[in-house]
Amino acid sequence: MRWKFALPLVLFLGLMALLLCGLGLDMRDIPSAKIGEPVPTFNLPPVGSLPGLASKDLGHGQVVLVNVFASWCVSCRQEHPLLLALKQQGEVAIYGIDYKDEPAAATAWLNELGDPYSRIGDDHSGRVAINWGVYGVPETYVIGKDGKIAYKQIGPVTAEALRDKILPLVRKLRAAP
Amino acid sequence: MIPEIGHYAAILALAVALVQGTLPLIGAARGDRAWMAIGSSAAITLFLLVALAYGCLTWAHVVSDFSVVNVVENSHHDKPLLYKIAGVWGNHEGSLMLWSLILALYGAAVALFGGNLPASLRARVLGVQAWISIGFLLFMLLTSNPFLRLFPAPPDGNGLNPLLQDPGLAFHPPFLYLGYVGFSMAFAFAIAALIEGKVDPAWARWVRPWTLVAWCFLTIGITMGSWWAYYTLGWGGWWYWDPVENASLMPWLAGTALLHSAIVVEKRDTLKSWTILLAMLTFSLSLLGTFLVRSGVLTSVHAFAVDPKRGVFILGFLVFAVGGSLALYAWRAPSLKIGGLFQPISREGALVLNNLLLATLCGTVLLGTLYPLALDALTGQQVSVGPPYFNSVVIPLMVPLVGAMAVGPLMAWKRADLAGALARLKAAFALAAIAALVTFWTVYGGSLLPVLGMVLVVWLLLGSLIEFALRVRLFTVPLTQSVARAWHLPRSSWGMTIAHMGLGLTILGITISGTWSSDHLGVMRPGDTAHLGPYAFTLAGTAPVKGPNFTARQATFDVTRDGEPVAILHPETRHFTVPPMDTTKAAIRSSPFDDLYAVIGDADGHGGYAVRLYQKPLVSWIWLGGAAMMLGGALSLTDRRLRVGAPGRKRRPEADPHRPEADPHRPEADPHRPEAGPPRLQEA
Repeated sequence: MRWKFALPLVLFLGLMALLLCGLGLDMRDIPSAKIGEPVPTFNLPPVGSLPGLASKDLGHGQVVLVNVFASWCVSCRQEHPLLLALKQQGEVAIYGIDYKDEPAAATAWLNELGDPYSRIGDDHSGRVAINWGVYGVPETYVIGKDGKIAYKQIGPVTAEALRDKILPLVRKLRAAP
Repeated sequence: MIPEIGHYAAILALAVALVQGTLPLIGAARGDRAWMAIGSSAAITLFLLVALAYGCLTWAHVVSDFSVVNVVENSHHDKPLLYKIAGVWGNHEGSLMLWSLILALYGAAVALFGGNLPASLRARVLGVQAWISIGFLLFMLLTSNPFLRLFPAPPDGNGLNPLLQDPGLAFHPPFLYLGYVGFSMAFAFAIAALIEGKVDPAWARWVRPWTLVAWCFLTIGITMGSWWAYYTLGWGGWWYWDPVENASLMPWLAGTALLHSAIVVEKRDTLKSWTILLAMLTFSLSLLGTFLVRSGVLTSVHAFAVDPKRGVFILGFLVFAVGGSLALYAWRAPSLKIGGLFQPISREGALVLNNLLLATLCGTVLLGTLYPLALDALTGQQVSVGPPYFNSVVIPLMVPLVGAMAVGPLMAWKRADLAGALARLKAAFALAAIAALVTFWTVYGGSLLPVLGMVLVVWLLLGSLIEFALRVRLFTVPLTQSVARAWHLPRSSWGMTIAHMGLGLTILGITISGTWSSDHLGVMRPGDTAHLGPYAFTLAGTAPVKGPNFTARQATFDVTRDGEPVAILHPETRHFTVPPMDTTKAAIRSSPFDDLYAVIGDADGHGGYAVRLYQKPLVSWIWLGGAAMMLGGALSLTDRRLRVGAPGRKRRPEADPHRPEADPHRPEADPHRPEAGPPRLQEA
């Protein structure tokens, strides 16, 4: 009978031990834990006329970019011309994940600004993005030939990031066996 | 010179707190009245010293004394005076200073208004309070001293984060702290009761008003915080399940449970050890919230100080305060006497159900907040737990909670007639069913959540009204008599009805604005028109404007409805130079019916601007509901039964003689209280 009154204390001490561990961790580093890991398993329906996106579409000896975007996102608008230019060059395919967005709004947005994607998955609830470790939109992932995440750009893609990091990495990954 | 006075006052305050934390406790143990009396004078001295230290820090901010590190880091010459004053608590060190000040204020309040407390209980409460003060003052002086000097002094400061330069944000931390720290009273009373070995209805009567004060402040603090997020962050959202928001929600949930369980202790002298535990947990959650926010263990947009050394200190303090109190609980609580018995179907049973659901809700929020941390510590995996989790666990718990809220007040103490109570809610049943059908028809094919929301709203609002109508015998006695009865009702029953209906209004706002909002996101050029619901938003143009410490681009939207002008909105994108940061200032036209919300974003380089426009029906009811909950709490606080510190008050002639529990000075009014004084705990 008496022991149950000690239960809160035991639970609390467990919690404190957990928090002590927590202090040792550096949570402020933007998590890069997903890097080097295979993409999470997912299967997203299409947006508009483009095919949808699923984990089985990634890998298979192809290096691709996966760009998480939304029509309501202002920074996505900022990086959009760069993605369009990248598509024109044709160096690497760009797949899109439409994050917490209405498919109609996304279609209108792409009609207005141009469509850089060859596949778009509709992540209406944002749950798939959680598995990807998405912090906010936009984010851009470089996926290697083996279907593993090689790099993650947080925030809009800039000309510098594209020139200095993303494209060199894409070339390196493509050259790798 | 002035900052040194402040620094010195803070150190003296620590010394006084040490005295207050030891002598009165020893005095209470020995039964020495003189030593016990030291507690009161020490508490008042402590308050004056902390207030002096706080005043000195404020002075340094107001005159922009850039030889003080804290001022350099958080202030700037050009900052408006309002934000120089509010900037004192807008940073880690200063917010600790405010914490200590409010803590000392509550201590002084016990000393001044606690005249009717038994001397030993008052001494012990003040002693426990002093230990919390010691913890915070030490924390401030050792790891986060706001009075440190800088030499040579720089010519100007770094400025305050522009997001924080907003009246809503400037004033919500003091309310939140008044709430958080206010729960330290319930905590101190709980510890004192455990030491004393006595929990009785009188104890509950002393604890309830303090809990109610804290709860009211926390309610208004959370409401203001949510409103701030709504209009500053520019997304039209009002709750993000951010760790810092959760940190304020958890003590609120536990505090709400405590308010209700204290009623049971007061009226029925039972549920004591649970109430004690709840009082300790509520304040512990406030401390945990502080730890989470201050230590950088969880990442959040709101967290402003990150320093592992501070984290270790707060963790140590938590172990000491919470661990110590729970150990005391484990030792003493088993011997608390079990009070009156009751059937599961009774007012007590309903309040226990309320407590179970609120505690589960609180535990669920805690789990969601700490889960990412636990997973990272155990497996190294990093996840984020967001709204999908919280929405899917909170809604199923809210449904029975709101369902029972309408029924509980209709139940009698000890043993109630559930069928009878439900029969009296027939009208609420019928209208809730109609609301369900109407909503279902409107959203046909969509989510069923709005249906659920509307059912809850109608059920709760109508249930509360029916309970009130039955109480004043509306329609069964002449109307004038009903009005007279309503006038003489105890304020606490008015408070309950208003607070319960406040929650109904909040759910109403959440449901309607969440379901029937319309938005337009896209590029607009001057002259373009966007249609949202019945409104047409026309971008008339943009112009540069200059604020006191920022430059901005201001857009003008003419909003019309059927060709009639409704509003002119001026959203801005602001550019602050110190520190360099862009913020968006949404323009909002609020009305009871709907909010019109406009945000202007970046230029697209071809004469157009990214804009976000929203029309959100009934959204302001979310916060009006919060204000109603606070008002209900405040009304309840004016109830004669809860008045403490005013002994010997004359009976008001209009007081209803048939409501004896409204008078605290008639112990015989409580049939469950033994004549021979409160039951004493048997020493184990």
